[in-house]
Amino acid sequence: MNKLKTAVTDFGWPRIIIFFFVVALFVAAPFVGVRVDGALSDVLARFGQNGILVLALVPMVQAGAGLNFGLPVGIIAGLLGGTLSMQFGWTGWVGFLGAVGVSLPFAVLFGWAYGLLLNKVKGEEMTIAMYVGFSMVTFFAILWLLLPYSSPNMVWGYSGSGLRTTITLDGYWTKILNNFLAVRIGRFFVFPTGLLAFFGAATGTMWLFLRSKTGTAMTAVGSNPDFARAGGVSSDRMRLVSVVVSTVFGAVGILVYQQSYGFIQLYQAPLYMAFPAVAAILLGGASVNKASMVNVLVGTFLFQAILTMTPNVINSVLQTDMSEVIRIVISNGMIIYALTRKTKVSK
Amino acid sequence: MPDDTPLLSLEGITKDFYGTTVLRDVSFALRRGEILGLVGENGAGKTTLMRILFGMPVIAETGGFGGTVRIDGQPASFRNPFDALDAGIGMVHQEFSLIPGFTTTENIMLNREPSRRNVAVDLFGPRMATLDRPAMTARATKAIERLGVELHPDTLVSEMPVGHKQFTEIAREIDRDNVKLLVLDEPTAVLAESEAEILLASLRRLAAQGIAIIFISHRLHEVTAVADRVVVLRDGQLVKDTSAKGVEVREIAAWMVGREVDANARVRSDRKYGGPALEVEHLWVDMPGETVRDVSFTVREGEIFGIGGLAGQGKLGIPNGIMGLFAAGGTVRLHGKHVELDAPRAALDAGMAFVSEDRRGVGLLLDESLDWNIAFAAMQVKGAYLKRWLGGLFSLRDEKAMRALAEQYIELLEIKCTGHRQKAKELSGGNQQKVCLAKAFALEPNLLFVSEPTRGIDVGAKKLVLDNLRRYNRDEGTTIVMVSSELEELRAICDRVAIVDEGRIAGILPPEAPLADFGLLMAGERAAEASA
Repeated sequence: MNKLKTAVTDFGWPRIIIFFFVVALFVAAPFVGVRVDGALSDVLARFGQNGILVLALVPMVQAGAGLNFGLPVGIIAGLLGGTLSMQFGWTGWVGFLGAVGVSLPFAVLFGWAYGLLLNKVKGEEMTIAMYVGFSMVTFFAILWLLLPYSSPNMVWGYSGSGLRTTITLDGYWTKILNNFLAVRIGRFFVFPTGLLAFFGAATGTMWLFLRSKTGTAMTAVGSNPDFARAGGVSSDRMRLVSVVVSTVFGAVGILVYQQSYGFIQLYQAPLYMAFPAVAAILLGGASVNKASMVNVLVGTFLFQAILTMTPNVINSVLQTDMSEVIRIVISNGMIIYALTRKTKVSK
Repeated sequence: MPDDTPLLSLEGITKDFYGTTVLRDVSFALRRGEILGLVGENGAGKTTLMRILFGMPVIAETGGFGGTVRIDGQPASFRNPFDALDAGIGMVHQEFSLIPGFTTTENIMLNREPSRRNVAVDLFGPRMATLDRPAMTARATKAIERLGVELHPDTLVSEMPVGHKQFTEIAREIDRDNVKLLVLDEPTAVLAESEAEILLASLRRLAAQGIAIIFISHRLHEVTAVADRVVVLRDGQLVKDTSAKGVEVREIAAWMVGREVDANARVRSDRKYGGPALEVEHLWVDMPGETVRDVSFTVREGEIFGIGGLAGQGKLGIPNGIMGLFAAGGTVRLHGKHVELDAPRAALDAGMAFVSEDRRGVGLLLDESLDWNIAFAAMQVKGAYLKRWLGGLFSLRDEKAMRALAEQYIELLEIKCTGHRQKAKELSGGNQQKVCLAKAFALEPNLLFVSEPTRGIDVGAKKLVLDNLRRYNRDEGTTIVMVSSELEELRAICDRVAIVDEGRIAGILPPEAPLADFGLLMAGERAAEASA
């Protein structure tokens, strides 16, 4: 009994409650006319679609720079990569990989500047990061209009200049990862092999990075900066590296997200992108200063499962559209809950 | 009440936690106005005994205890600390429980403030009463006077030296009208010797006023100086209950550890030194509270060089400055090579290692496992414990090697832990210190700075730490610079001892020099502590 109790406490009540809630939703689904296989397929696709954005939070948490509410900085870099790749007329794999390639230098540059700023505001990173993200998004809202993009698939039809708010990826690289080696079982279930493999590779890369000398130093900086300093490690440098890595993963993450979604969303869209990612990693059991790959995987899965299932099932029951309300309540509620008990880490 | 009824008597106290017996049949009595020195190694059961006495809930939660506690001859069983407070037992903990932004008076009177009635009291009840500040100050002043120390009632706690904080806590306990018994858990651990002296004098004054005191301390000479009786616990059993008259520190130490402790055992005959290893010229270090003004000295190869002195005189600043942890200037040469200051990495790369006095702040990764703690510095500085992959394209932590390293030191230094995966914060102070030593040893330094290696750890661990330093010096030929406030320790282990006073070296003495000489160097007027 005692063992069970410890196990439950270790795993964390919120995760258990949400887990059973998800299970309950799956059980209830057939009774309200929602297909379980279709729903499961959706959950898997959204898991892979959002996973890398959640993964991007890990390095900064480990380095003691808090949850990266400034994720939009990386997202903007990704958007630049995506739009430039389209502008160059690259399609298919060249288009997607080209987008990733073009976005990387931007991500490194933005991340470096953003990291310098965060090193000047130690202790207040999360608040400042949020406003950095907001400012960046708004600033780029101007640039999307002014930059000399000219591809007819992207610009406003009536003026011939300025990017549209939503750009379709059809004919470029829509679902290029989702469809790669995808396995279709029955009419409704698709296993997005390419997408999950890409997410798996990204997770593996992060895992390896955290086990390198730099990753180890980074974790030590987050755990005790004075200890790291006495061990000959510059905490400012490690924090800077963590911000750059986080921003790079943010850029790649949004490209993966977009190819699965099928559209590039500009202007205000990246504004609140950090919140679902933060909610997911906290739901996964991470704290403000410790996060692991397991936290990312479990958190993303549970969070996306809830987001997918709740609207389907509850809407069928209530006959109204509750999806947006439920999404906001769960993600913000989770953030508040986790931040109030930020010291406790679950395994 | 007849004088022969003891104020407190413990009869056959027995306690076990989940089947592990931590106290076995402990009985002793305490009269009014008596000071009882309670000593024992860490884990001997002192804290548990005090928790039982004080009715801490943790005792009841773990199945209560056997035996009887009597106050004034009446059996007493406290369900919580408030019952104990009502019965006249006061406790001063090792950690300060003071509010920094409040004044001395406000802290002493906290939650017992004399108050004035006003209209709001009639309307909303007693919580609306206003504070009667003059009465508070008067009572606080009275409590401070009983202690016989100088404390200003209006000083903010945040602006006090540690010694005064400790006095404030004691004043808070004795302000209670009915206080009969005062328990002090390591009250002098954070104090400098001069402050400890004042504290001991106040304890004697309190005892003279009829308050019984249980005094727990690792500093044995304080126990012999102040206590009327000494009770020694070892492994949960009472091994000695004796009058403190004529008892020597060394005897107590022997009772505590159950074996002879001979701190002075030393093989001095075959000490050989090489050329100069570390040359320091005109070093200054800006370390708050430990400013170094102008220090020059030379340490010879293979030597154990001691740096002593009173707290706040700058002895701690010397290693911290040379290792680049605080802003410093001057010239430092290691084996003739110039060492860059203000750069921790340069000092480490030069082959120096440092065991910090700030164990929890600088010395350890409290939230990480022991293998991380031990291997981290070596990994970052020397690239050890990394495994190369794909022909050196990238390298990852070699967890296996780290584990082997940790296990090697756990065995060598007798670190008590559940294994190499245990978190550093879960270890006791002595074992944490051993982890810090292991971290420094893993760097394989050619010069090792050790700062306050035995602060706050028990006699057994102390001996082990010192023995290991001595052995490391002998077997590896590593030059060691040891900074310590404990003169006996420096004299026991060092080849030469420098005494720092006001940020300068007052003099360098051989360890055999008479204590009085050290004392003179320390301040010119203080006699060194008389002890074994």
